Order: sequence, then C-alpha cells, then structure tokens
Amino acid sequence: MSQTSGPSEVVFDVLRYNPEKDAKPYRQEFTVAVTKGMTVLDGLVWIKENLDPTLSWRSSCRMGVCGSCGMFINGLPRLACANQVAHLHSDRVVIKPLPNFDIIKDLVPDLEAFFTRHRTVKPYLIRRAVEEQNQPTSEYFQSPQELVQYIQFAYCIKCGLCLSACPTVATDDRYLGPQALAQAWRYSADARDEGGKDREQEVYSSHGVFRCHFAGACSEVCPKGVDPAFAIQLLKQDLFKRKLSGCKEQHGSPVTAPITEAKENPKIPKAPAPTLTK
Amino acid sequence: MEKNKQHLKNKLGLLGWLGGGRYGMERYAYALHRLTGLGLLTYFILHIFVTGTRIAGPQAWQQTMQSFSTPWFKFGEFLIFVCFAYHGLNGLRLGITELGLMLGKPARPIYPYRSSVLRQRPFFVVVMILVAAMIVIGGTDFYLLNR
Ligand code: SF4
Ligand code: FES
Repeated sequence: MSQTSGPSEVVFDVLRYNPEKDAKPYRQEFTVAVTKGMTVLDGLVWIKENLDPTLSWRSSCRMGVCGSCGMFINGLPRLACANQVAHLHSDRVVIKPLPNFDIIKDLVPDLEAFFTRHRTVKPYLIRRAVEEQNQPTSEYFQSPQELVQYIQFAYCIKCGLCLSACPTVATDDRYLGPQALAQAWRYSADARDEGGKDREQEVYSSHGVFRCHFAGACSEVCPKGVDPAFAIQLLKQDLFKRKLSGCKEQHGSPVTAPITEAKENPKIPKAPAPTLTK
Repeated sequence: MEKNKQHLKNKLGLLGWLGGGRYGMERYAYALHRLTGLGLLTYFILHIFVTGTRIAGPQAWQQTMQSFSTPWFKFGEFLIFVCFAYHGLNGLRLGITELGLMLGKPARPIYPYRSSVLRQRPFFVVVMILVAAMIVIGGTDFYLLNR
C-alpha cells in the first residue's frame, strides 16, 4: 500500500510503564512505516506484532463505537482508532495514557472511578409507577421534538476523553465530571423520566455542576458530538427555571394506549420461519 | 479519581489549568478567571488590613499611604484593575452561559460536530474585546490622565 499524504515513516513516541518492573514511566520510540489509511491504533498493533509484544492498551471495535481506545495523542485526548496517522501532519506521534486517570500499564487507564461516577447519577429512566415499568402494558409516549431534547447526550460511548480534557477534573478529585453530568441531563431531559429529584442531590452538590466554569474542553474533544459542557449548562438552567417557577413534581409522559387494531402490511415481507425449535 | 495504591497517579493537578493540551481559548479563559479571582481575593484581604490601620490614628494611616506611593504600587493597583475588568466581564459571560443562553439548542449530532462552545465563541470574542477596551481606558486614566 502506498501513502497519499504526510510522511511515509513516523516515530511513535509512547509512554511505557510496567508496575511490576518500572519505578516510573519512561518514553520509548518505535519507527513505523505509514500505510494509506493507517490509524494510530493500527500503528500500535503493528508495533505489538512486529517490535514489542509487551506494549499494552485498550481497544475493541476499531471504529469509534466502543470507547475503549482513548489516549493522549499529539497534545489532545483522542480515540486511537478514529485518528489517521497522516491526518496528524507530523513525523512524530506522541502517545501517552489519558491524563487524570491512574495508569494500570502503558496506555491502559484505570476507569473504575469513572464508571462509579456514571452510576452515581442514576443513568436510567426512573418512573414513579414501578409496576408499569417492570411489566409494561404499552410504550411511553414520546414525540420527535421530545427526542431531540436528549438524543445528542445519549450518544456517549464512555471513552473518558472529556475527563482528560477537563481542568476541574485535574484538581478536584470528587468532581462528578462532564461524562456523568451529561448522562444525568440525558435522563432528566427525557420527557418519559420522573427521576430529576433523585439525581438532584449528586448533580447540584458541591462537587457537581457548579464546579464547571465552562472551559469547554470536554465538548471540544468529545468524539461523538455529545457536548457535555452544554448538558452541564442546561442542568444549571433547569435548576434556575424550576426555582423560578416553584415547580416541584415532575410528570413523565403517559403510557400510550395498547395497540389493538394493527393490521399486517402486505408490502412488508414476512420473517422466515424459525430454523431452531426448542 | 479515587486513590488506588497499585496504579500510578496521573492527575494533571494545577498544571492542568494552564497547559495540558492544545485546547480552545475558553479553557485558557477558565484558568485566567480563576487566577484573577484569586488575585482579587488577595487584594480584598490586604485591603481590609491596610484600611484597618486607620484605627491606629490619622498618623499611622498617613504613613501607610505614604509607603504605598511608589510606581510599583501604582502598577499593582493597575493590575488589580485589570483583574477586575477581566473577572467581572468574563464572569458576566459565564453567568449568561450558565443560564443556557448563547449556546444554541440541543440537536441530533451530525458530523462534523459544532459544539455549544463554538456557538458561543462570537460572544466570547466580543466580551474579550470589551475587556481589552476597558483595560486600555483604565490604563490611560491610570498613567496618562492621573499622573
Ligand atoms: S461525553 Fe463524549 S468524551 Fe465524554 S465519555 Fe462520552 S463520548 Fe467520551
Ligand atoms: S477501539 Fe472502539 S472506539 Fe476505538
């Protein structure tokens, strides 16, 4: 394969750290021949297969979907699989593990606290009528306009890039962080949800939304257009609106009437018969 | 992140405010906002002590005032004015964005994404121009008109 733009050979300057052997991290350089369309992740795989099998990182889907391969690449937190080497326009690719996360080994960050924060904000639909939620008789009503209110925040792949970029996360160990707060808004902005109150204690705590001073770096680096900084400002706006209107109860959208008169559309082909029987 | 003994700490700490990556202007505005805030707080505390010398009588007050009439002190006062101009106007911008204004509306994310940070950028630029104008006017007053 040939290279269309950018250098044909680049140096991968990778931060290495093995807790069993190294007292502190060190940098190691690898020379990689760049092929057309090669991503940073492809380069790392090539190094592992050809130069150093001990190099460690997290990855899975290779297509910007699973959120595993977040790394600090040439001065920004990015997904290794979603960034081509040629597009970095440099003959050096400097790779470090995501800042603000502890390092487990080489480029593998410790995401445990990150997921704990995510769980803290109750990232699921909360309804008062639990029985209907557990044994649904029909769907909850939702208009296309209501969907747009939260859909962009639902695109989060939990890659952690936003926390790496956030200056408040850099100094406040207990800050919930842009990812968890954006997820709090994703559910509280959902017309079907009634759990705004349940999330309030965490979201508006002294380590919640008011720690954000709109540095905006989280939204800049988010690979999915989630825009967590926007979600955080909307959480603040929502609190202000509710205080102003004295609104207390949140009523989720109603359950739609069960569908009784549905007819088969003859234009839609039937599903094939099951090939397995019990 | 919470402490974990086996894993190596990788928090950026205070350095994360200033550097840490190739980010947009708003992140540096954040750092400057916090620094000017701390500057103003230090000034207010010192100010209470300085004006407190008045309790010791008019002479003590006169003496304190005299010891402050140096060019360095004047420059310090000008710096406080700069902090005030920046912190005040940028604080106003933050207050407005915190109310969800100037940020646009939620929409389906379509690549290439345009975040709320970019949508409020013209507003940010206008506020920074106002800050610069205020500093120039203040500087003229400090150094040219009130010599
Ligand atoms: S908000 Fe964006 S950057 Fe943050 S974890 Fe989700 S997808 Fe990643
Ligand atoms: S490997 Fe899944 S997002 Fe990069």
